[in-house]
Amino acid sequence: MAASIAKFRIIFGGLALLWVAVSSYPVTAQQPTSVDPTARAVSEQQLLKQFKTIQGRGSIPDTKSYTIEQPAGRDWRHFHEVTLRWIGGVAILGILGLLVVFYLWRGMVRIENGRSGHTIVRFNAAERFVHWMTASCFVILALSGLNITFGRALLLPLMSPEGFTTWSEWAKYAHNYLSFPFTLGVILIFLTWVAGNIPNRVDVEWFRRAGGLVGHDRPPAYRFNGGQKLIYWIVVLGGGAIAISGYLLMFPFYGTDIQTMQSAEIAHGIIAMLFIAAMLGHIYIGTIGMEGAFEAMGAGTVDVNWAKEHHNLWFEEVRAGDEPQLAQHQPAATPGE
Amino acid sequence: MARMKFLCDADRCIECNACVTACKNENEVPWGINRRRVVTINDGQPGERSVSMACMHCTDAPCQAVCPVNAFYTTADGVVLHSKDICIGCGYCFYACPFGAPQYPRVGNFGSRGKMDKCTYCAGGPEPDGSAAEYEKYGANRLAEGKLPLCAEMCSTKSLLAGDGEIIAEIYKERVAKRGYGSGAWGWNTAYRETITS
Repeated sequence: MAASIAKFRIIFGGLALLWVAVSSYPVTAQQPTSVDPTARAVSEQQLLKQFKTIQGRGSIPDTKSYTIEQPAGRDWRHFHEVTLRWIGGVAILGILGLLVVFYLWRGMVRIENGRSGHTIVRFNAAERFVHWMTASCFVILALSGLNITFGRALLLPLMSPEGFTTWSEWAKYAHNYLSFPFTLGVILIFLTWVAGNIPNRVDVEWFRRAGGLVGHDRPPAYRFNGGQKLIYWIVVLGGGAIAISGYLLMFPFYGTDIQTMQSAEIAHGIIAMLFIAAMLGHIYIGTIGMEGAFEAMGAGTVDVNWAKEHHNLWFEEVRAGDEPQLAQHQPAATPGE
Repeated sequence: MARMKFLCDADRCIECNACVTACKNENEVPWGINRRRVVTINDGQPGERSVSMACMHCTDAPCQAVCPVNAFYTTADGVVLHSKDICIGCGYCFYACPFGAPQYPRVGNFGSRGKMDKCTYCAGGPEPDGSAAEYEKYGANRLAEGKLPLCAEMCSTKSLLAGDGEIIAEIYKERVAKRGYGSGAWGWNTAYRETITS
């Protein structure tokens, strides 16, 4: 027994000695003859491939400056110079073209039974205030925004560089500051009319019959028809998205980085162009597109026949619930009419 | 005509920040604005590299392309300059710039931006060369005096090179050939669509 243990010891000791000798051999052999300081150095191409940006540590307080390279700016540039101009051009000119063609073909949608001379309240003063506050801000925001995308190509050649800068600077201030009443307006619009704008089965019917825009169809509607509900949700959701992306741009780098800023600008630009196109349709049908429509938001009252033809279910609701509203007479038709 | 470029040899940069200081001093750069900065990548780890970065004066400059009021212009030497009289401080050039060069003084509440400021390659702006108005808005115009940007002139290890693109590329190539390694001209592919191969 003792002999076998001694034998093991010799074998084990020999193996251990051999292992030490073998393992120590490459260490001396690996002693480098020359130093390659770039062996573990970071490389630009590899960093860009891996992270899309190159960031490090700097010694000045501006943390944005720690990003030394972001080639993604090139994609953003292409969006701003080419893509957004196409989206805006096609959406805005496209809808204008459609409206002109539609107007020439269909003309103004008339009150078929003529004016009754009796009016009914459609929007009270508070509702109209909310509408016009938002609408007037929207027009200025749209024009000053379009100036950023198209001004250099369309307006600058007509003005002096200094003149264009003065106008653009004022447009920028207007765009920034009017965003506040606009956003407030979108919130108030949401609260004021949300009850009447929940989609229901009547809207399906309304859209199936194309809103009565074709022919002399008059699909039934409550206070807001399918098209108006569509505009309402475009304003609420589109306006909300445009406000959020806009405030991200207005408060640059408050919790955002360069990629977020670029994305916010892309979202803001696309939504704005589509929003403007949608509002052109809204303005059309509210003015020259339909007889008796503008006064709903203008004076706040509409002709009873208009209400019967375009919002029959709403008219019946009002007549059933609130008889006195009907008592309002139009202040006597002008003599000789 | 020369085509002026910057080249930072990252294998030589020792992160001393002399270029940053030289730039601030020479151009009287306003408080809070740094036209040039040094950034260290993988700081404290083996293989860390420092790069001095400012406006690279790109070929077909993206800032110039996206500016809504056309405030930028490229000189015959390939230097990208801008007019602070035309700039409206919209911030678009910062989104497009691959190198984070444009800076904006904070002039009001929240994030409202003043006239953009960036590296001018020590070449001033649209005002007459060497005029007080030019110095006030853009800093020194060393190029008009036949001198190169002070950041590169000041560089103690000659890591930062400024000058005609072909000449500084040649200097860099010689270095790489002699020492046997080089991590490349940082930003050149993005700015000038070219790389220096040795």
